[in-house]
Amino acid sequence: MLVSYEWLSQYVDLEGITPEDIAEELNRTGIEVEVIYTRDPGVSGVAVGEVLFVEPHPKADRLKVCSVNVGKGQLLQIVCGAKNVAKGQRVPVALVGAKLPGGVHIKKAKLRDVYSHGMICSAKELGFPDKVLMKEQTEGILVLEPDAPIGMDIKEYLGMNDQVIELQLTPNRSDCLGMWGVAHEVAAIFDRELRLPVIHDQVPMDGGLSEEVRIVVESDEDCPFYTAQVVKNLKVGASPQWMQNRLISAGIRPINNIVDITNYVMLETGQPLHAFDYSKIKGGQIVVRRATENEKVVTLDNVERVCDPDMLLITDRENPLGVAGVMGGASSEVTPETTEILLESAFFDPMVVRQTSRKLGLRSEANIRFEKGVDPEQIIPALYRAVQLLCQLCGGIVASNAEVEKVGDVEDVIIDLRHERLVNLLGIQISQEEVMDIFRRLGFPATLEDDIYEVRVPSRRPDIMLEVDLIEEVARLYGYDRIPATLLWGQQTPGGLTKSQKMRRTVRHLLRELGLNEVFTYSLTSEQAEQEIASLHEGIRPIRLAMPMSNEHAVLRTTLLTQLIKAAAYNVNHGNGHVKIFEVGKVYLSDEELLTCLPEERFELAALITGKKTPTIWKSTWSDGHDFFVMKGILDSVFERFGLRDVEYQAAQLEGFHPGRTAVCIMNGEVIGVLGQLHPKLAKRYDLDEPVVFQLDLESLLDRDIDIMYHPIPRYPAVTRDLAMTVDINMPAGLLEAGIREVAGELLESVDLFDVFTGAQIGEGKKSVAYSLVYRAPDRTLTDEEVQEAHHKIVKHLAEFYGAELRQ
Amino acid sequence: MRERLEALKGEAVLVIGRAQSLDELRETKIKYLGKKGELTRVLRGMGSLPPEERPVIGSLANDIRGCLDQMIAEKEKQLEEASLLEQLHKEVIDVTLPGIKPESGTLHPLQLIIEQVEDIFVGMGFEIAEGPEVETDQYNFEALNLPKGHPARDMQDSFYINPEILLRTHTSSVQIRTLIEKEGSVPVRIICPGKVYRRDDDDATHSHQFTQIEGLVVDRGVSMSELNGVLLTLIEKMFGEGTEMRLRPSYFPFTEPSLEVDIFHPEQGWVEILGAGMVHPRVLENTGYNPERYTGFAFGIGVERIAMLKYGIDDIRHFYNNDLRFLRQFKTV
Repeated sequence: MLVSYEWLSQYVDLEGITPEDIAEELNRTGIEVEVIYTRDPGVSGVAVGEVLFVEPHPKADRLKVCSVNVGKGQLLQIVCGAKNVAKGQRVPVALVGAKLPGGVHIKKAKLRDVYSHGMICSAKELGFPDKVLMKEQTEGILVLEPDAPIGMDIKEYLGMNDQVIELQLTPNRSDCLGMWGVAHEVAAIFDRELRLPVIHDQVPMDGGLSEEVRIVVESDEDCPFYTAQVVKNLKVGASPQWMQNRLISAGIRPINNIVDITNYVMLETGQPLHAFDYSKIKGGQIVVRRATENEKVVTLDNVERVCDPDMLLITDRENPLGVAGVMGGASSEVTPETTEILLESAFFDPMVVRQTSRKLGLRSEANIRFEKGVDPEQIIPALYRAVQLLCQLCGGIVASNAEVEKVGDVEDVIIDLRHERLVNLLGIQISQEEVMDIFRRLGFPATLEDDIYEVRVPSRRPDIMLEVDLIEEVARLYGYDRIPATLLWGQQTPGGLTKSQKMRRTVRHLLRELGLNEVFTYSLTSEQAEQEIASLHEGIRPIRLAMPMSNEHAVLRTTLLTQLIKAAAYNVNHGNGHVKIFEVGKVYLSDEELLTCLPEERFELAALITGKKTPTIWKSTWSDGHDFFVMKGILDSVFERFGLRDVEYQAAQLEGFHPGRTAVCIMNGEVIGVLGQLHPKLAKRYDLDEPVVFQLDLESLLDRDIDIMYHPIPRYPAVTRDLAMTVDINMPAGLLEAGIREVAGELLESVDLFDVFTGAQIGEGKKSVAYSLVYRAPDRTLTDEEVQEAHHKIVKHLAEFYGAELRQ
Repeated sequence: MRERLEALKGEAVLVIGRAQSLDELRETKIKYLGKKGELTRVLRGMGSLPPEERPVIGSLANDIRGCLDQMIAEKEKQLEEASLLEQLHKEVIDVTLPGIKPESGTLHPLQLIIEQVEDIFVGMGFEIAEGPEVETDQYNFEALNLPKGHPARDMQDSFYINPEILLRTHTSSVQIRTLIEKEGSVPVRIICPGKVYRRDDDDATHSHQFTQIEGLVVDRGVSMSELNGVLLTLIEKMFGEGTEMRLRPSYFPFTEPSLEVDIFHPEQGWVEILGAGMVHPRVLENTGYNPERYTGFAFGIGVERIAMLKYGIDDIRHFYNNDLRFLRQFKTV
């Protein structure tokens, strides 16, 4: 809502109150002020002038030489290039020394040997935006009304000294969609007198009531209140400048006096009005009904709208005259030839209006107001007010009664407010006198008895329905800044994080310490990306949005990897070559084609590394595939942190992964994670260099309790023996290690792989692996014989079952 | 014999004094004081002395031995010191060369804010609640006093999956879930961080996905002054003691009275950072709490907003682009 300071000052005594004061106090009491701006874009030295003569320019066909009277006996010769300049016009004249928006300074000039002492201005040159101009004003010079006072400063004449306060209204404050409502609010805040215009109960009737309007409302629910009145003898023309100025301040384009009056009264009262050309209404009757399927209406903007039975139409039974509360029809539009109109003022169901405007993609000043529910008490006054203006300004004569079709009467809302409740809920000390004074300022009649206020809420404030709503009214005028800050009172609570929350924190901090950067990515991804890579979960379908904004964000992810890959690609594209990132987030799982219940949401952890290699950790000719083992080390650190010693890795083949460099992590027979290099085809698509990833289901780690039991520190020395052997090149090291552990017995304390290599000296199809084995007994120093026996058993077992040959 | 001993001492003193290295000193010690050393050799002639002289000479020899031992020990100490000094001198390094750091990563700035806020509220006895991001219309809107067709639904354009299920538009849905779960018991003190989704085109100030932290307190006699106190604690801990805060009346369908909180930013002036209010009686009724007996307050913090203000970030998209040059700036926190 755009509020003109000049306009507002007509209704509230603003003596000593600046627009900035208003903005600050509105903000403080609950109406957000977006911005205050002046209508003046930087114009000075421009006055109203009268074109006395127009002569052709002697040397230029397109230019004209005008004599312009700018008052005080000053007659100026001005060269003008506009086609529309004509003798007798009143026009804005930028005098020598004038300033115009965009840094234009007017100087005495010579145009093709003819002196020009100023410039006749267009609306654009005065800084008017196109959206508030009539079409004919967007080209050529701006032609003013014939009664524009010669010599008057143009800013005064065009209302450009006005300041506009832009309100950002919350949906509950529909009362401030009208100037009178804003006036009520401002008067209450500053405790100033309100001076609203007097509306005559019924307008005087000069020409007798020649017309009778019949109103038929087919559904009371759609339209519980409809009034209309016919006005004749109208003369369509421009509305007076003061009205145009106010409309422009409110951001509305002046059109003609009739339409302008309906808009003006809407801006005053908040009640949208519509004027139909009465001669286009057949049979003098208005039928408010639902549209039939595919019924077509051409609206005022000359677009054919296809309607359905959810939409409400204003018709003359056969032909639609407009879409109720949204936009009038072209067929009954007020034109320059119109002499008689039917003026409508009504209440349309907010839901119906809202749905209709959405379906048609039409937003208008009217439907913004109808959607919030207009004030029923304002429907008839608004009609009268507009008729009054039509008679005053357009020569109108009332030609019918104001016909009213209405269901029931609006009952006054009376709410009891307990003083104790008010004080307790706000935590303030406020006197009953102060509360009563706040209601007086708000214009809410109130009485006080037994510490209970009985408050009558005016119909302009439909947002106030409950005791608590009144408490808010009192609080905001009392001042939120006067509410004290106190500590939480009552029973103490321990507070804290749950096990799952702690675990997610731990895992994040661990990965940070391990050198990875945490990312936050979008949960919505593309269907195509979802298909590129395997999720940890089988038999699920990605959940699709009903109306995605783009294909890129159309389905909910079932794996974190799609977005990690995108984040990595973004970084590589931006020159960040070495990427090590992770995310802790949810995946959304459902096996339903169409959701009937909420999906399962599970927390997962995923990580990705790609780019420049870090230095190798163990010496090896096998440096290829190095990042896989870096990642595996990171994953093992996670398992170690959560006390999981029984996770097994098994080679696996999965969508999107390198078939020879991928493993699933298995715990208790369940797959809880995947570790692997991305398939080269997928990596290439995102321009990533051998990216290695893992994804891990965090929830399955949660079942474990991390109990630490102390083991005594060994008192007896350990014996270390190395074991180097050649095995088949495809023999998994994991199997060998399992084999060692299988037969080693209790004396074996640890097994560590320290070398793997292939080469000519080992022989074709073979590799060398070397382990360091540590033996120890808890209760004695081991003898050479004991160690030898255990070690020999291992060597024998490996030779027998794994084809291992001892290397010397 | 006495003369010989004195001469030997004189010689030894000179040799000890001239020793340049520990090795030289050790040789000197063996030469004069060793089992086959000079002193022993001289003493071997003791037998030829008259018996009354023997103790005198013996005592003299012992004195000499003791004196030389001490000299050698002192010289040894000197030489060790010198050798250490030399070593230290050789081992001088340029301590201003850069350190060798283990690679360290970062937490996401939004996560940093979440953890700070969690810690502040846990300190005040709050629990951390969580709820689904895919939510029912019932919990996301209806139970929060936002029936279908309510104009305030326009404030939050939503991603629907079907007419009854959507991506939650705010963490306020967790208020409902928590209250239903608590089955009318008090006190309720929770915060809930989480992702929320709205149909906005992504630009410098909008993101179709963003992060909120919801707060809820329900108990007997909870008042707006306590809400004020809790918010002030939060603001001071997040932005520093003495940060100016103001409450402005506002509107949310699920709180009444409602308010917005601004803080004073040295460059940007008053900046809105969160919405709050007293829990609407209908929300309490909808979740089985009698609004006559219980009252409460709720608030919703925009995590991106806080992070942007706190760290001076100018574009919300930075949080979701995850550019490492952005992320690595959050190492120190």
